[in-house]
Amino acid sequence: MVQQKLRVTLLTGRTIEQGVGKEQGKSSQEYFEACSTVYMDEEDMKKLGIKNNTNVLVSTPHGSVVLKAVKHPRGSMPGIIYIPYGPWANAIVDDSTTSIGMPSFKGTPAEVEPAPDKPILSMEELLKNLYGK
Amino acid sequence: MVVIKSVTCPICGSLCDDIELTIENNEVVKVKNGCALCESKFLGYKGEHRIKTPMIRKNGKLVPVSLDEAIHKAAEILANANYPILYGWSSTSCEAQRIGVELAEEIGGVLDNTAVVCHGPSILSVQEVGIPTCTLGQIRHRADLIIYWGCDPWSAHPRHLERYTAFTEGRFEQSDWKSYIQKVKATAGKKKIDSALRRGVVKRPKAQSLRQYELVNPPPPTLMKEGRKIIVVDVRKSMTAEMADYFIQVEPNKDYEVMQAIRALIRDQELDVDKVGGVPVEYLEEVADAMVNCNFGVIFFGMGLTQSAGKFRNIDVAISLLRDLNKRTKFVIMPMRGHFNVTGSNVVFTWQSGYPFGVDFSLGYPRYNPGETTSVDILLRGESDATLVIAADPGATFPRRAVEHMAKTPLIVIDPHMNATAMLGDVVIPSAFVGIEAEGTAYRMDHVPLPLKKVVEPPQGILSDEEILRRILEEVRAIKAKKMVKVEAA
Repeated sequence: MVQQKLRVTLLTGRTIEQGVGKEQGKSSQEYFEACSTVYMDEEDMKKLGIKNNTNVLVSTPHGSVVLKAVKHPRGSMPGIIYIPYGPWANAIVDDSTTSIGMPSFKGTPAEVEPAPDKPILSMEELLKNLYGK
Repeated sequence: MVVIKSVTCPICGSLCDDIELTIENNEVVKVKNGCALCESKFLGYKGEHRIKTPMIRKNGKLVPVSLDEAIHKAAEILANANYPILYGWSSTSCEAQRIGVELAEEIGGVLDNTAVVCHGPSILSVQEVGIPTCTLGQIRHRADLIIYWGCDPWSAHPRHLERYTAFTEGRFEQSDWKSYIQKVKATAGKKKIDSALRRGVVKRPKAQSLRQYELVNPPPPTLMKEGRKIIVVDVRKSMTAEMADYFIQVEPNKDYEVMQAIRALIRDQELDVDKVGGVPVEYLEEVADAMVNCNFGVIFFGMGLTQSAGKFRNIDVAISLLRDLNKRTKFVIMPMRGHFNVTGSNVVFTWQSGYPFGVDFSLGYPRYNPGETTSVDILLRGESDATLVIAADPGATFPRRAVEHMAKTPLIVIDPHMNATAMLGDVVIPSAFVGIEAEGTAYRMDHVPLPLKKVVEPPQGILSDEEILRRILEEVRAIKAKKMVKVEAA
């Protein structure tokens, strides 16, 4: 049965595409495409009834952001979603530093729901939306 | 056309120093020996995303100004701030970092580098329990067991395996490259057979006899092979995991438990559970066996440990595991440092102030208390009243609430590229690329300092980080001197 929402654990980290994009320049198209993506397990995508490259809304207690869902290319990782480091991921990660200076970039509980009609914001739009500049 | 050899690549902590660049008309046109990231930087650095002129925000928009005006404005903000943060420093030279320390002391600010959101927890742990480590050259020549825990060098340090670990020809250990190629060929062959079986082109062979299963939990053949072995422990199958001889998939936030379980196993204690952190105990026994039976092992670890639950405690237990292993064999451990000179910023800050990151000069002397004097915490508490960001992009790498406060207060950005922080900046000063348009020194992840070369001239009017900081420091001193004269006159 297709679910409306899926509870998952959010991880953020590096991908080679994000690395290539950031060296091109963070305002480049490569960086935008690499970082506005969420990698999901194939079975989890089936549960939500979505196909590769469908937009989804990822929400945590710290915020929500629209991203493009892409099937994780290797192995299975049920219940885990992976977003490359970038302003999109950091709009929703857990900022608590547990008194040592380091925010919790990995392991934030999150929810994913299909949002095929919602647009992915460009970096400029996202920054304007979040910080008004 | 000039070919420059032995160029150090200014991207990641591997600092590959065998890059060959072909220069034509003051532009890099060809890169040899580099990885995808290296090519992207050397061929793409000059592109449209470069900041062309200094800018100041006026009526909500960034408008071009002269360099003198931008430097004066930056100095004014810093000289008048009560508790400014000076953040970044990891993608610039040690020479620029040194002036950064001088500037932070002059204005009584907080000096912090990207380690705080990277390997800061590793440093905290090393300060508590120490670190048995070595240089990458030792690992290249001697290591026969390479463990990547919570890191994906194929994506973040693409030539790490090829230059320093399993796929390099060492004096005492051979490259494992051929065995990897064989594995890739075997996997491709298996896929072809599976596909033929599925399509019914060939008949499915009879079920295999039970003999094969008589041996309970045999160690994987890849761990029984001769020569170098790679084990990857991660929460997802990364590209590096695909290349490994053995891959262990841990549940998120469970690395601490898994490592404690391995510690128990190498002390020959029995575990009375079936799984730890989602990993069957038999798998962990195989890893423990491989660890104890190697001649020279190394654990490289990354953000998978420092950013997951437990944070610096994960590193504590990793180093404790090393201590246990060193009673049985030879083992070392090394953090996979990200930015090319984040290690340098820790080194420079330490030799100048005594502390590696999160150094607070607001009381007139250096103070260090991670959780209090670290930039994310200060921003979350809303205490800072100005920020200078150089050679980093917290606008993209800090959590939302921290960036919110940074964007509310005056923000000075020194960077060659238009990044998220520069888009939020109030004063934006373009700089030359260190390692391409400016020379300097950088520290590799194993604390070996290497020279960065200047291979082309920077665009006209664009200064290096070092020169920009020196000018800001001079201007700050001039503004403060004027203030003093006024106070004395009054």
